[in-house]
Amino acid sequence: MFLLNYTLYLADNALLLGHRNSEWCGHGPVLEQDIAITNISLDLIGQARNFYQYAALLKNDGSTEDTFAYTRDIREFKNCLLTELPNGDWGQTILRQFLFSNYQYLLYEQLQHGHDQQLAAIAAKALKEVTYHLRWSSEWVIRLGDGTEESHRRMEQAIAEIWSYTGELFIPASYELEANANGIAPDLKTLEVSWLQKVNEIFTAASLSAFAKATADKVYMHKGGKQGNHTEYMGYILAELQFMQRAYPGAEW
Amino acid sequence: MSVLINQEELFQDRVDNEIKIEPRDWMPDAYRKTLVRQISQHAHSEIVGMLPEGNWISRAPSLKRKAILLAKVQDEAGHGLYLYSAAETLGTSREQMINDLHSGKAKYSSIFNYPTLTWADIGAIGWLVDGAAILNQVMLCRTSYGPYARAMVRICKEESFHQRQGFDILLTLSRGTPAQKEMCQDAINRWWWPSMMMFGPRDSESTNSDQSMKWKIKRKSNDELRQNFVDMCAEQVKVLGMTLPDADLKWNEAEGKYDFGEIDWDEFWNVVKGNGPCNKQRLDARRKAWEEGEWVREAASAFAKKQQQKQKQDKAA
Repeated sequence: MFLLNYTLYLADNALLLGHRNSEWCGHGPVLEQDIAITNISLDLIGQARNFYQYAALLKNDGSTEDTFAYTRDIREFKNCLLTELPNGDWGQTILRQFLFSNYQYLLYEQLQHGHDQQLAAIAAKALKEVTYHLRWSSEWVIRLGDGTEESHRRMEQAIAEIWSYTGELFIPASYELEANANGIAPDLKTLEVSWLQKVNEIFTAASLSAFAKATADKVYMHKGGKQGNHTEYMGYILAELQFMQRAYPGAEW
Repeated sequence: MSVLINQEELFQDRVDNEIKIEPRDWMPDAYRKTLVRQISQHAHSEIVGMLPEGNWISRAPSLKRKAILLAKVQDEAGHGLYLYSAAETLGTSREQMINDLHSGKAKYSSIFNYPTLTWADIGAIGWLVDGAAILNQVMLCRTSYGPYARAMVRICKEESFHQRQGFDILLTLSRGTPAQKEMCQDAINRWWWPSMMMFGPRDSESTNSDQSMKWKIKRKSNDELRQNFVDMCAEQVKVLGMTLPDADLKWNEAEGKYDFGEIDWDEFWNVVKGNGPCNKQRLDARRKAWEEGEWVREAASAFAKKQQQKQKQDKAA
């Protein structure tokens, strides 16, 4: 059971962030970046599909990638709150992507050597994509942090908005603890150390100080997504995402 | 004066001999102007065209369809890029073209001023709208201006893929539940006539056509392309088990083509003039994205300048 839940956790994170990023498609600040964010969205939805397909095998009750995505209700989704946050401005979207890609990169790097062959294979393949996501979003954090006064101010503001949703990434749910005990998933404590190092490196290069302030102030960290306690935003995402499958149950598309 | 005449003659001679015109070649001002208008209009159509389809990305009915649709809309952004680049070779900047779109001076294809109401619309756009676009674009692969022709070759490859995907959406619906079949027919009914309008006014009414044909920017007239479209779709719709909403559609054995009914030209001109169901929403969405992205573009160029200065200083040191 823990393996199924852990796989769904991985899938839900990728789906939700992919969904949010896809909202930019056609509305990006410049054509090249519209294409880039859509690319990342496509990668993430592709990863979600791979994880859901594996989850369907594990569950073995007729479930499919689509029944997981389209017919579960809010309390069954396990994604971190960070991935479901609204896009905000381009700075917030970039920051959210950087913080999450940084996490996903470290996670997949370990996962590819884990004891579950399927998860290891999916992670190894996805790692190539996430390497690019991390590079792209890091470059943008630096560019905006060190761009104009306005872009700097917006990035500091973005950190203030989002930072309190990062703690949850490293607070293990029961299925993560079991996956770790079985040699499948990494220990989140070690992951957190590397994650903070990278954040510090990029924020320093971007001349962003809000991070130091946030860590010094010991900002309160929101959690609950991994157990299905989501933000109110999540219900509206599902209403949109699942509309067709709910309106026409059982139809093939 | 005689030099100029010689150049015009030389130019027309190259065109007549199927030698591509390249950016550095001499060309008549009117040729350049026509191309900038046409290519930028084409680029804008790709970009505005992302909106009606983008409208269904978050609601696509399966993960597979969602991924296909996202990739498709992304391709359109890519087509916009190729086309803006092709137009830039004629000496007009992308920013200028975008400003002209936002001010309403430049046009884009009227088809994107219609709303996508149901999922079947995504299929109908792929089949009919991309199908109509392909007929035009295949012709443009042989257009006389080199950069435009080469952009078109790349675009056509992806576009025919899109058309198949659109048809596949409709095919699935046509084999589905009664509600899906109804959704399919309804979308065809709503998109058929606007798609027919994509080929523009009738040849007798078309102002730019003759000169464009002489310069080989265009190689087929509006009416010829429209006839090709009808002949193609009238056959394909049978595979879907659906009908086209035209009571006058009938095979003409003697002429070896389909006869068809009259386009509602009032509607056509109204949408061109800005009175279509979504003209305002489309332009508002584009302007909003551009305005909200301004600080991002400014930051990116400020950062790039800083980097250049650093590099200079490093070199000097």
